[in-house]
Amino acid sequence: MKTSLKQVFFNPLVNDNPITLQILGLCSALAVTKTLATALIMSLAVTSVITLSNASISLIRHHMPRQVRLIVQITIIASLVIVVDQLLKAYAFEISKQLSVFVGLIVTNCIVMGRAEAFAMRNGVWRSVLDGFGNGLGYSWILILVGSIRELFGAGTLLSIEILPTLSSGGWYQPAALMHLPPSAFLIIGFLIWGIRAWKSEQAESSEFQARPTSSSEVAR
Amino acid sequence: MASPKRDPGTSGVPWLRRLRALPNDNPVKTLLVVLLVCLCASLLVTGSAVLLRPAQLANQERERQARLAEIIAQLPGGEAGPQVEARVVDLASGEYAEGIDPTDFDQREAVKDPARSLALAPERDIARITRRAHHAVVYLVHSGDRLDLVILPVYGRGFGSVLRGFLGLSGDTREVVGLVFHEHNEAPGLGALIDDRRWLAQWRGKRVWDARGQPALGVAAGEVAPGSPEQAHLVDGLTGATWTGQGVTGLLRFWLGDDGFGPYLRNLRDRRGLR
Repeated sequence: MKTSLKQVFFNPLVNDNPITLQILGLCSALAVTKTLATALIMSLAVTSVITLSNASISLIRHHMPRQVRLIVQITIIASLVIVVDQLLKAYAFEISKQLSVFVGLIVTNCIVMGRAEAFAMRNGVWRSVLDGFGNGLGYSWILILVGSIRELFGAGTLLSIEILPTLSSGGWYQPAALMHLPPSAFLIIGFLIWGIRAWKSEQAESSEFQARPTSSSEVAR
Repeated sequence: MASPKRDPGTSGVPWLRRLRALPNDNPVKTLLVVLLVCLCASLLVTGSAVLLRPAQLANQERERQARLAEIIAQLPGGEAGPQVEARVVDLASGEYAEGIDPTDFDQREAVKDPARSLALAPERDIARITRRAHHAVVYLVHSGDRLDLVILPVYGRGFGSVLRGFLGLSGDTREVVGLVFHEHNEAPGLGALIDDRRWLAQWRGKRVWDARGQPALGVAAGEVAPGSPEQAHLVDGLTGATWTGQGVTGLLRFWLGDDGFGPYLRNLRDRRGLR
């Protein structure tokens, strides 16, 4: 049975989120979330690439040569990424310098490839667009949340506007240096996954093996 | 809902109808689909590259001017924005080329033109740029009659890209006032640290020439030991960016050497009686 259009769009937001459930696209989620501005632009870039790539791949899915389909998909995705990169270099130069290689690396983002191969190859154009857009938004809200937390607690600002006046500028807030470093994104995403799985317990994976109960005599030994 | 696959036998011109009826694994159809995708993709990419080029070039130029201003700001009183004079230098003779307008001169175009550039023999090409234009634009800042600052455009290969920047020297050409890069594409967190303010600040006051008058600036392998003789000329290496560091050393020594601004800088010193 086919899922409804509404589900196609809303599922990737939380229930089938590419980052927190499928654990994909983490590289860029760690690298570009130091500030909210870079996270926003990256979200925009990925969402537009994934929506357009899903649309174009779905459009030609009936004529896709089976043996070279991955190459054809990558050709389409890579072209879209180049266009996005060029656009950023022309109209968002400062941000594109901060994003540097990570825009180009959208080509290898598993979310984009994954949606192309798993969804757009088997579904109509409109459904694929909704699916791509939904997955883009699912990726985006996580990135924007992580970016906001990291910028707020790492620099006391949001979009470079001062929220928490820092000690160095005469305020009271001592910025958390950890938030400047990529591992902090790992921690935040980890807590997010924990939170989402506590709320939606069906997302929790079953344990792969049962730990043997330790008896008190073994501890003593 | 998925749109039902259109019946290939009912629409379009006959040869197209035949083509669409072919199975997707048919070699001819595979080739045609691949070619068609490539054609569309290349149109998209070239189209955007051509259309967006003016805006991108304007950004690059803004960046270049901003970096240039950064070096000038290093001068005492430089924040006030002193008068900057751009001159075109004939690199071989080291004299000013009066016939060329510095605002019109495009070094990147000149490099492509065999009549306006020089092929470099590999052993002399320490900046790894293969060709060098006959001319270059330098920027000068005077206070009264005294030359305070000479800014030289420098470039060369780093690890993954060409590093383009400005080297500012004191008026007697002996000391570095500042080094900045306005264009590169090195790896973030590694080679891209050549943009790091603290690293760039190390260049300030480095002695340009060794005892024999040869260019001696460079990036050390690892840290420069405090108090060592190298400290006068070298800055600390960047961890994980050995090639980028070697690229910076190469481009500095090339542009300060005989194939670069060497003759021009000698002229500057001679005229001031500083030799």
